[in-house]
Amino acid sequence: MRAGPPIRLGTAVLSLAALALAVFALNARAAPASETPDPVADAKAFRDYFVKKFPTVKPDDFVNGPYSMNQDMRKQWEDMEQFPPYEFALEAGKEMFSKPFKNGKTYADCFSNGGIGIRQNYPYFDEKEGKVITLELALNRCREVNGEAPLSYMKDDMAALTAYMAYTSRGKLMDIKIPNDPRALAAYENGKRYFYTRRGQLNFSCASCHVQNPGERIRAEILAPALGILNAMPIYRSEWGGMGTISRRFVSCNSQVRAVALEPQSEEYRDLEYYLSYVSNGLPISGPGSRP
Amino acid sequence: MASTIRVRAVSSGDITEVQALIQHPMDSGYVKDAKGQLIPPHFIDQLVFEHGGKNVLVANWGPAVAKDPYIKFSFKGAKKGDDLKISWVDNKGATDSTIAKIQ
Amino acid sequence: MSENRTRMMRSLLLISGLLLAASAPAFAASEADFKSAYAAAAAAEKEADAIRDQWTTAEAALKAARKAADAGNFDQAIAAAKQAEALAKAAIFQAASEKDRWKDAEVR
Repeated sequence: MRAGPPIRLGTAVLSLAALALAVFALNARAAPASETPDPVADAKAFRDYFVKKFPTVKPDDFVNGPYSMNQDMRKQWEDMEQFPPYEFALEAGKEMFSKPFKNGKTYADCFSNGGIGIRQNYPYFDEKEGKVITLELALNRCREVNGEAPLSYMKDDMAALTAYMAYTSRGKLMDIKIPNDPRALAAYENGKRYFYTRRGQLNFSCASCHVQNPGERIRAEILAPALGILNAMPIYRSEWGGMGTISRRFVSCNSQVRAVALEPQSEEYRDLEYYLSYVSNGLPISGPGSRP
Repeated sequence: MASTIRVRAVSSGDITEVQALIQHPMDSGYVKDAKGQLIPPHFIDQLVFEHGGKNVLVANWGPAVAKDPYIKFSFKGAKKGDDLKISWVDNKGATDSTIAKIQ
Repeated sequence: MSENRTRMMRSLLLISGLLLAASAPAFAASEADFKSAYAAAAAAEKEADAIRDQWTTAEAALKAARKAADAGNFDQAIAAAKQAEALAKAAIFQAASEKDRWKDAEVR
């Protein structure tokens, strides 16, 4: 049967519709993503971004931060790793971990597998409480439940403990889970939002430095990539002349962009840690680490 | 109390390479604490490495060396199994020393 | 990258604009003038604090204002208070404009 004007018209309408749909799709692409967060897709896109940006870096190497970005710094770091500055904290942490509380119990009683080789599972979403639990939070809870005073979240004893626990997990792959719970997804999304939101008088987001400019200099420092950025925590920072936890780094990053820092272990920080750890799943724990 | 000195000495042929990490605040005396008070100077004055009755390295440190100092150097004339003695004294008169076996 | 520069420029322009307005010369400054300037600044800071987007420089300016006032230097105190208010208001503006903007930067 011969195709008449009606079919041609139909084709035209169809083409117009297709064009309109394409235009709409393009505009929709530029607009914010769909309402339901898709962490699996996020993590893949996140990883792909860095792997594509740095084709000569072995994926596992991203956890070494600036040392994966700069050869000169890497040589110095490899030299230092023979006698790492975190060694004192590591030994102190091991001692602290095995020393019983006043009531006779130990940290091992609070954690699965006695607290050995479990760091890669933190933070996790506690469905009973409806919040993200970090390793530091879990450690202080362990202390409080056993009648001990909580530790500061920023450095010293807390950093020594997490240094030891990280060390027992060295090489294990980051393994953060997001349960099928809308609150967990919300926490994940909150962390993502915090990561990408500009703040402080300098108007930087975490992404400004660690997604847009890894490998570049900020003053005298080389910026680390966001992929795997928590895998080396806690770290001995030469700048601090001592150890610091994830909380310490978040607080100082905030101050550095002239934003008033939030309280260590505040909800935003825990959610941020949740997001950053999740998108780094599959990368090895390298902590404790040392940084300039 | 645990020693403040971590040391590793490895000999290869005639050369012995020594690395040491020393736990010490190394306060210069110029830094203020959170309350605005000067932290008094507290640093290692002298560090000595001794082998076979001879000083193979003497370091005259002071306020310019940073916290938990690390040192690496090589010297000749030692062999595997020898003793290497390390000792330091600081500006408050405190000391620590240790003896390491050269590997 | 240019998208960020444009946004930074816009923010910088806004901030400098606010600061310029804030640094208008003060005439025969009195304690009463200071009190009202300080109250305005403190209110803006409280709002920025409540939305958890406070700037360290805003807090510092407010402290400097109080310190200058305590020393009887009301000209300086008012200038600092106005600066604190401008900075706190800029922080509030930042929080509002960044509320959805972050999605544009997201790696997808």
